[in-house]
Amino acid sequence: MRAVLTVVGRDKVGIVAGVSQTLAQLQFNIVDMSQTIMQGNFTMMLMCELSATDVDFEPIRAQLNQLGQQLGVQIRIQREEIFDTMHKI
Amino acid sequence: METSQILETIRMIDEENLDIRTITMGISLLDCIDPDIEQACRKIYQKITTKAAHLVEVVNAIEAEYGVPIIHKRIAVTPISIIGAATAATDYLPFAQALDRAAKQVGVNFIGGFSGLVQKGYQKGDEILIHSLPQALSQTEFVCGSVNVGSSKSGINMDAVRDMGVAVKAAAALSPLAPAKLVVFANAVEDNPFMAGAFHGVGEADVVINVGVSGPGVVKRALEKVKGQPFDVVAETIKKTAFKITRVGQLVGHIAAQRLAVPFGIVDLSLAPTPKVGDSVARILEEIGLETVGTHGTTAALAMLNDAVKKGGVMACNQVGGLSGAFIPVSEDEGMIAAASSGALNLEKLEAMTAVCSVGLDMIAIPGDTPATTIAAMIADEAAIGMINNKTTAVRVIPAVGAKVGDNVEFGGLLGRSPVMPVNTASAADFIARGGHIPAPIHSFKN
Repeated sequence: MRAVLTVVGRDKVGIVAGVSQTLAQLQFNIVDMSQTIMQGNFTMMLMCELSATDVDFEPIRAQLNQLGQQLGVQIRIQREEIFDTMHKI
Repeated sequence: METSQILETIRMIDEENLDIRTITMGISLLDCIDPDIEQACRKIYQKITTKAAHLVEVVNAIEAEYGVPIIHKRIAVTPISIIGAATAATDYLPFAQALDRAAKQVGVNFIGGFSGLVQKGYQKGDEILIHSLPQALSQTEFVCGSVNVGSSKSGINMDAVRDMGVAVKAAAALSPLAPAKLVVFANAVEDNPFMAGAFHGVGEADVVINVGVSGPGVVKRALEKVKGQPFDVVAETIKKTAFKITRVGQLVGHIAAQRLAVPFGIVDLSLAPTPKVGDSVARILEEIGLETVGTHGTTAALAMLNDAVKKGGVMACNQVGGLSGAFIPVSEDEGMIAAASSGALNLEKLEAMTAVCSVGLDMIAIPGDTPATTIAAMIADEAAIGMINNKTTAVRVIPAVGAKVGDNVEFGGLLGRSPVMPVNTASAADFIARGGHIPAPIHSFKN
């Protein structure tokens, strides 16, 4: 299963480290990533992969939300298909 | 994957209120028919709580995984007048109570199908159902009812129109919210996922999943980028946006049906507003160039919007159905509320608008002393528009007991709030007293 993780917020020390460490704990493999500053906002997008197919998203979201609060950024995780479906015919 | 596309999707959800309005499970109750009403109610409860046992849990998981809000989970069942006709009961309140208990048990937001289809005439169960409606809707929390009184093929049952005027008034007298759960249709569709008019048609599969999408805020934002440009550009922009919104509905419905192991029915391509700022169909019409919704030009703008939404949405999904188009409820749309409060939008203009968009006079508060015959006459007018134009029309008006024109009525939640709107006070009593049937119209010589 592949998911897109987006991180948006004010830039500070430790965002990439914090996010990647949590993803490693959750057994997510990062397959692609991009990071930029858009209109003064730190914006990072990660494509990550989990080998398990049947995953309960609630605890994953809860953990990422908690991390987002600690780092002062907003972290979202969504399965890849929603973006594919919306933008590809 | 393009990062700009990822951010666009996230912006639609976060800032422009893109959501799936409802995932509605349609459940046939034909196999619950029993001559003993208590036994029939037991079978109904059993079937609904078995088939929909995992509906809420599955939908919540999908919401978490895809990060798209799914606002309501609902159930639609076979019109109860058909199930009730087999019994000797003279009151169908027990059916409504059984549906309500089942809805509570599985955790859905609404259950629709306390309904009858009477466009051509009454069978035994229809009359009992209509007389049971006021009690059924005021004594239950989740049950919604609807009655189809006319169609392009059968004409309009004016006896039913008269009786529904009485039923709407009686429901309002028992509970202020009851009329908000009651829709009177012409050309009702059998796979509509939206309440209060959802029911599961007899031609449908045993159990299906239908999806209703939303997203007026997304269309409004897209149109802000083409200010002043010609209508071709406006229509094209709406089509592209509708495509994206509807694709999400198709994806979510497909996954829900797969996980629940039931067939996927249809996506209802709708722009369904909420009272929240940034989620209004009226504001789209104003973005197209009207100072206030309700002014001259509103009907043309709405006609184009409605058509462009369908054109964009049809390509986005396998099967389209339901009501599909822009909804124009007054109390559920922040822009409509503002226009009705300022006097720019009146009932007559709303009636004209219903000729070109989905459904009809929806969620409109009217003075509590409006006679039942006047409400019936409104129903007749809407049914006539639907009958002649081969489209679904409906009436969901709420007589606000004790309130007068200009007062505000609060319904709460998605149902919103509405100013009490003025109604033409000249009588239609003799017109309604005639009863009988308006014959089906001729379908050629269209002028």
